[in-house]
Amino acid sequence: MSTDRIEKSIVLRAPQSAVWQALTAAEEFGAWFGARFEGAFSPGARVKGRITIPGYDHLTIEVVIERMDPEHVFSYRWHPYAVDPALDYSSEPMTLVEFHLEAVPEGTRLTVVESGFDRIPATRRAEALRMNEGGWSAQLRNIEGHLAR
Amino acid sequence: MRGRTLSRAAATARAHAAPVFAALGDQTRLGLVEQLGSAGPQSIARLSAGSAMTRQAITKHLLVLDSAGLVRSTRRGRERIWECDPTPLAEAGRFLDAVSIRWDAALNRLQHRVER
Repeated sequence: MSTDRIEKSIVLRAPQSAVWQALTAAEEFGAWFGARFEGAFSPGARVKGRITIPGYDHLTIEVVIERMDPEHVFSYRWHPYAVDPALDYSSEPMTLVEFHLEAVPEGTRLTVVESGFDRIPATRRAEALRMNEGGWSAQLRNIEGHLAR
Repeated sequence: MRGRTLSRAAATARAHAAPVFAALGDQTRLGLVEQLGSAGPQSIARLSAGSAMTRQAITKHLLVLDSAGLVRSTRRGRERIWECDPTPLAEAGRFLDAVSIRWDAALNRLQHRVER
């Protein structure tokens, strides 16, 4: 088991340009991710947003955009599971989230890699996990709603 | 809710602990955890028996593991017995599982959006 990174890959039946747009236009990213951002994504930008997923909508989110290599690589840093509004996470290390796009016959292969978990204090990981357990039923209902549409 | 109160107490006790995997990012310490895990609780004398390291060096590594909550010790007579605590490892694994599941859900929604 890798303890530092998570890697996910999915083939989307959509052109690379459409996937790129869904990832890098802040409003579109927010639509599937479940957040409303206050500004546009551009390299170096620090963009705040508010989670819109029922059950998590009291939370804010902040991403620091790193790389935007059109239609190929999009990356940002954030505080994973910064789920307690009473805590200040700003001094903690961030994880890096990278999206890699690749053209395949069916459309676009999207690979997501989130890394840097080893630097997140173990106590915070345990705490975040408990917060997560509390919010799961809401999260599942939300996904069901999307799929049924 | 399984073991939540226990794990919360453990987490609080480790409030300023070093990251679990940083403590394990060392061959010697990883070896000590494996040795304690497979052979069970034992003294420094036994841990150092087949090793080229001094007892002092082993003690230093055990203290690093201790501060991350990965091992703990109890005094028995004149010696100290060390044992593994699997809780932090299990919690770190469950954390990654939870992040992983959340990504699955988010990518599902992205797929729904770009494929319509």
